[in-house]
Amino acid sequence: MPELYAELGLTAGEYEKIKEIQGRVPTHVELAVYSLMWSEHCGYKHSRAYLRRFPVDGERVLQGPGENAGIVDIGGGLAVAMKVESHNHPSAVEPYQGAATGVGGILRDIFAMGARPICNLDSLRFGEIAPSPAHRADSPAVGGGRQAEGGAPGAPAGAPYDRQRYLFEHVVAGIGGYGNCMGVPTVGGEVYFEDAYSGNCLVNAMTVGLVRHENIVRSKAAGVGNHVVLFGSKTGRDGIGGASVLASQEFDEKLEEKRPSVQVGDPFTEKKLLEVCLELLQSGRFVALQDLGAAGITSSSSEMAAKGGVGIDFHTDRVPLREADMEPWEIMISESQERMLAIVTPADQPEVAAACERWDLDCTVVGEVTNTGHLRVFHHGEMVGDMPADALADAPLCVVELERPDHEVDSPVDAASYPPPDAPLAEIMLDLLAAPDIASRRWIWEQYDHQVQLNTVILPGGDAALLRLKETGGALAVCTDGNGRHTYLDPYRGGKAAVAEAARNVSCVGAEPIAVTNCLNFGNPEKGPISSQLSRAIEGMAEACEAFGVPVISGNVSLYNESFGQAIYPTPVVGMLGLSDDVEARCGVAFGDAGDVVLLLGDAPPALDGSEYQKRWFGCVEGRIPDVDLEAEVLLQGVVRKAIVDGMLRSAHDCSDGGLAVALAESCLSGGIGARVDLDPAAGGSGRHDLVLFGEAPTRVVVSVAPAVSGAFQKLCEGAGVPSAVLGTVGGEALRMAVGWEQIELPLAAMRDAYDNGLERALEVR
Amino acid sequence: MTARTSGGVRFGIVVFPGSNCEYDTMHALGTFPEAEPYYLWHKDHDLRAPDVVILPGGFSYGDYLRTGAIARFSPLMREVAAFSDAGGLVMGICNGFQILTEAHMLHGAMLRNRGLKFVCRAQHLRVERTDTPFTRSLRVGDVVQIPVNHNEGAWTAGAESLQEIEDRRLVVFRYCDAQGNVTDDANPNGAVDNVAGLVNEGGNVLGLMPHPERVCESVVGGAGGRGLFDSLLEHVLEVR
Repeated sequence: MPELYAELGLTAGEYEKIKEIQGRVPTHVELAVYSLMWSEHCGYKHSRAYLRRFPVDGERVLQGPGENAGIVDIGGGLAVAMKVESHNHPSAVEPYQGAATGVGGILRDIFAMGARPICNLDSLRFGEIAPSPAHRADSPAVGGGRQAEGGAPGAPAGAPYDRQRYLFEHVVAGIGGYGNCMGVPTVGGEVYFEDAYSGNCLVNAMTVGLVRHENIVRSKAAGVGNHVVLFGSKTGRDGIGGASVLASQEFDEKLEEKRPSVQVGDPFTEKKLLEVCLELLQSGRFVALQDLGAAGITSSSSEMAAKGGVGIDFHTDRVPLREADMEPWEIMISESQERMLAIVTPADQPEVAAACERWDLDCTVVGEVTNTGHLRVFHHGEMVGDMPADALADAPLCVVELERPDHEVDSPVDAASYPPPDAPLAEIMLDLLAAPDIASRRWIWEQYDHQVQLNTVILPGGDAALLRLKETGGALAVCTDGNGRHTYLDPYRGGKAAVAEAARNVSCVGAEPIAVTNCLNFGNPEKGPISSQLSRAIEGMAEACEAFGVPVISGNVSLYNESFGQAIYPTPVVGMLGLSDDVEARCGVAFGDAGDVVLLLGDAPPALDGSEYQKRWFGCVEGRIPDVDLEAEVLLQGVVRKAIVDGMLRSAHDCSDGGLAVALAESCLSGGIGARVDLDPAAGGSGRHDLVLFGEAPTRVVVSVAPAVSGAFQKLCEGAGVPSAVLGTVGGEALRMAVGWEQIELPLAAMRDAYDNGLERALEVR
Repeated sequence: MTARTSGGVRFGIVVFPGSNCEYDTMHALGTFPEAEPYYLWHKDHDLRAPDVVILPGGFSYGDYLRTGAIARFSPLMREVAAFSDAGGLVMGICNGFQILTEAHMLHGAMLRNRGLKFVCRAQHLRVERTDTPFTRSLRVGDVVQIPVNHNEGAWTAGAESLQEIEDRRLVVFRYCDAQGNVTDDANPNGAVDNVAGLVNEGGNVLGLMPHPERVCESVVGGAGGRGLFDSLLEHVLEVR
């Protein structure tokens, strides 16, 4: 059936290969199953070769990539399961449900490992929601690079910001709607607004779960004759080809028509599913457990069989349905949410059924484990499909010839060639504090329950969230990081910087980085420049992970993030887990007492390239970002952690978006106290005052210490080979910065007004 | 129902499908040596001799239809009503408060927050009454900080109800600013008269939107909620 395979997204070559494996013309059910399992979303056919580059081993690793989630040991008989996953394409089509079911899916991945989810984080990207100063008619915007302006290529004319605001507001509501109901706190994440995401928003959801070693369960089917049990929601036509098909192609003008293929979330059922799973795991009733995500029953059953080296006979007519007349192939590929598949011994079956009954959930024996090695599909006794499970789980690799994208350059911009800023530095500072990429995220996280479960010690808004471990007195630090602008300018350096920044953020609250999960968001991998970005970003990330000795334990790839041929910025999102032995040995970003000494750690020279300042005030993204010196980075983070454990630091804050000036302002605002600083020691040889203030560089942390320990702290830095410079002291009702001959004074109240209200005002500006 | 005369103070925490603060309530009560908390399942028919029944926060039945509207029909709610009719102490927190209004055990009803957004934040409350078992260890005019976390917390009531509430002084907590001023700016959800919590006529049933169980330990946000549990423990141990 040549028309059908093409319609299902298979190539002629793949169709031939399927015929060869099957030894005949495949049935409709088989073709549907192959097309999904061999899609980019399920089969990773364009990315698998590069992903092998990641370091995945480590002494803490109990489960690396390839399962529902990765798991690391954290001592005391406890382990942490974590993963980040994208739901970009569904969210672009239907933002509330797309985001909600993204959260639902990643939560199931975590409790499918036997872990109780303890927090969520969300990394989001949208198009611009408000104009920048560079969009004024008289702005000194410079040419070159990618122009920042509202509106998607090919988007309808007029009101370019309304669509992005709609997506943003509904994605946030969807994340809250699902996570809040589940009783899992949303404690962190990030959001950026860039023109490059106007056709394809990014919604990456991460969940972290806690599990006792003995309760870990995997998805490997075993035991010929064991039952295959489907439980949770009924199966309907919703989401047929939703995540898997949407995520394996570019968007065009038919976007709206795809709305019906987005799944609808039911967090109430998922909450019951969570409780029943954990209850049954506690009593050891599951041989194996797997959530139903993209490609539904198809992927879960074939993966369970392939991992166990066994077969599964599946009876579609036994599946509880929402619509009675569903075809077998529809049942196999439906992406109805809130369903799990388990392997259960016949002896344990009554207990599993009774627990589901207690929680008012459907529970049906839909098949059995066999020794055939095949996934066989039966409908009313008639076999409608028979496929080798390992062939399904092993999609053919696609190799694309790599090409360097045209916009990449070898050297940074010459800052001297930029016109001088056309506004007073204080005005630029207030603009940056109010910029949607920088302003306080309170408007977002107040819509999320960030406290339930009573572990949230450092709330959203810090460098990383800190969760106490009630069981051990220790703490977990978690954050997500990834800068698309930086990675666009240099994928290798951008990938490296994302891992370095995530590790830095975790270190700044006092925790040691121990594991990484990641979500790789890129354009269409069939294009050489996109595959080139992907492979180089992975190389940079892998090198950084190796430098920190931190394994990648899970991850997800989202490709085809393109609309009308325009790709997003290459956006690797890094989810970092940190561990601390003592929850009391922690640090926040807030300045403390008047008289405390403010220091800058690290001496990387500030750069314009890819900075927020370059984008907002010069209307471009160009040049090449500085490379992270991994050796210096490791030393710096070690000093920060040691100083926190020794109780030396009053505050620590990673210096990132908006540069040193914004980092200082954030520490002032968080502490409700000003500071007087001289920034010349941080100039890095630059004579441009705006660059010193707002230029960005990796491996820099602003700390404050009590005057009495300042000397000892500087000795600690010196001994470790970490550059430190005294900038000034905490105190007063304003941030007073001296740079060269200029004095900039910003009252706390003015900064607070800009920073606290920036995001909300950006949503309202006409 | 038989009242206990010795041992710890028994708190029965009712678990509905969709409840999600029952573990937190259990944990918070665990920080009080005299408390003896235990779970009750909504399909049960026996409260197992509690001193206090707590309806915890969460999304019972997914907040479907209307928040609290389905949970009030759970079998155990008949026992809760009988317990309160006999003077038993019942505290509904957030979703528990919503269930109590739906069950007509407290005045009023809940609307969606003004602004139509979920709100989770630290919140100041002014203590309006201390002659209740829930607030006896506090002082009138005290400002306590207890976070709110809800989507439907705009409590409202008809004119007649409001008059009765006023006459009988049923309001126990109002949203206020850090200085104790009851202002519209300090109202997180648009509740009428900034009502954050109120009791029934008998003074033995309290509903409140803020979550006292979230602020019983300084490491996670303070101890502003301890006063309520201290009050209950004091009261129960005294009347025994």
